[in-house]
Amino acid sequence: MNSGLDLEYSFNEILKGFGLSSELAHIIWLPLPMLLVLVSAVVGVLVTVWLERKISAAAQQRIGPEYAGALGVLQPIADGLKLLVKEDIIPAKADSILFTAGPILVLVPVILSWLIVPFGQNLLISNVGIGIFLWIALSSIQPIGLLMSGYASNNKYSLLGGLRAAAQSISYEIPLALSVLAIVLMTNSLSTIDIVNQQSGAGILSWNIWRQPVGFIIFWICALAECERLPFDLPEAEEELVAGYQTEYAGMKFALFYLGSYINLILSALLVSILYLGGWGFPIPVEIIAKVLNLPIDAPVIQVFTASIGIIMTVLKAYLLVFVAILLRWTTPRVRIDQLLDLGWKFLLPISLANLLVTAGLKLAFPQFFGG
Amino acid sequence: MSIAVTTQIICFSVLSLVVIIGALGVILLENIVYSAFLLGGVFMSVAGLYLLLNASFVAAAQVLVYVGAVNVLIIFAIMLVNKKEDLKAIENIKSRRIISTSICLTLLSLLIRVDLSNTWGLAEPNASIGEESTIRIGEHLFSDYLLPFEVASVLLLMAMIGAIVLARRDVMNEDISTGLPVDQELIEKPNEPLLIKKN
Repeated sequence: MNSGLDLEYSFNEILKGFGLSSELAHIIWLPLPMLLVLVSAVVGVLVTVWLERKISAAAQQRIGPEYAGALGVLQPIADGLKLLVKEDIIPAKADSILFTAGPILVLVPVILSWLIVPFGQNLLISNVGIGIFLWIALSSIQPIGLLMSGYASNNKYSLLGGLRAAAQSISYEIPLALSVLAIVLMTNSLSTIDIVNQQSGAGILSWNIWRQPVGFIIFWICALAECERLPFDLPEAEEELVAGYQTEYAGMKFALFYLGSYINLILSALLVSILYLGGWGFPIPVEIIAKVLNLPIDAPVIQVFTASIGIIMTVLKAYLLVFVAILLRWTTPRVRIDQLLDLGWKFLLPISLANLLVTAGLKLAFPQFFGG
Repeated sequence: MSIAVTTQIICFSVLSLVVIIGALGVILLENIVYSAFLLGGVFMSVAGLYLLLNASFVAAAQVLVYVGAVNVLIIFAIMLVNKKEDLKAIENIKSRRIISTSICLTLLSLLIRVDLSNTWGLAEPNASIGEESTIRIGEHLFSDYLLPFEVASVLLLMAMIGAIVLARRDVMNEDISTGLPVDQELIEKPNEPLLIKKN
């Protein structure tokens, strides 16, 4: 078991060197990774918004943003600042308590789920034992926030959008959980760290995508549906529902929805890369590189190299998937609500059940390849 | 008192307060939508209490099943049928309220009595199995609790079949009045009448 860099331990050791008790050092440490993850999530959203604007422009043969900073990289910041200073309107006949609580309930579970996203052996906030199950549980809270804001807006489009969002989220949660279950079956653990380590044996060849191709596709479709991205953006289908549950929202409350949906997209891409694409693993195992360079695996240089490669690989894989999602959004038409529910219940659910059954059978037949 | 213990006590008191006040709100508020959302809050706080007891798997399952499925479905149902109608005044409401209050108080006193008279088998402070509990729950579900587990799944299946029977509508392929064939592929079509077979 290689431990890799352990920042928490060394940070606590430094603070203890100043004469602080270990408990106090722990309390000073606690908010740091959380802040770091929050900041990186928001920066990730800014990058994704810029990518979305640029790629959509390319897909429609436009130039896209170009005046704010080089290539328009400051455009998302300008967008964010504009939303920040806009007037915060609560419609006169809306239910002001639920209207305010709705966006918060949508955003908080998404940010909490970052708790389990690993960027390296020790580079995550908390290696909780229930790992990926925590994400599934937390993402099931979101529809309540959507229903709440849809109801509180006192607008028929909002209510319809909220109801659609809840129906969609419930339908796609089940195949999503079942495809995750197949991975968990192969790993014998729910922890995201274990899931990545189980794929790190032979570099790119041991990634789960080769052993779970069907699960990968099901997971990706369901993740897009959970993020309400086109072709599944029915809750906010602008031709039918104005903007769905966001219709009455303005200013910072709208920004919360906006932020939530993009953080959710990045989170889903990160989780796909963790579950199916080897997480922080480099396509060639680092052990082999270390052997070629003739360095021991726990040499400080190699440790720093491994950690930075890990972060780069995780982010790179995630952003490749984000790119695919953006490309899908700007090139595919929207499905109808009955097609959406049909796809979820009549196609993805049976397929994911069969996938689980086949995985269990293969695990018994070939324990060395499918995690005995 | 160490910082960890203080944090635990604060968390416990906040969660218990939310559970009690939220539960009171669920039954006392007039607006049924508020009640439904508060019920979700109560479920969440119960999950928080499980977390304090080191039962993280049970807490996550609580959130997934009760908040993510049960409560969403309750809210969904309320919003689909939320008609504004004036409820009829019920006769002798006062005496009814007194009777139901006394029954509830009796039940409460019974629970308090059980709580006080029972000697609770507390586990040793260091005996908690924490993250291992997921494996332990799985082992129990497939050995000594197999029968209740299976019976629960049969119960769910029965409820589902019942719901399908209630919600099912027999749709005919030809219009009753004109006798012409009707395309019923998409039932939600707005301009074609939904034909219900009458026996």
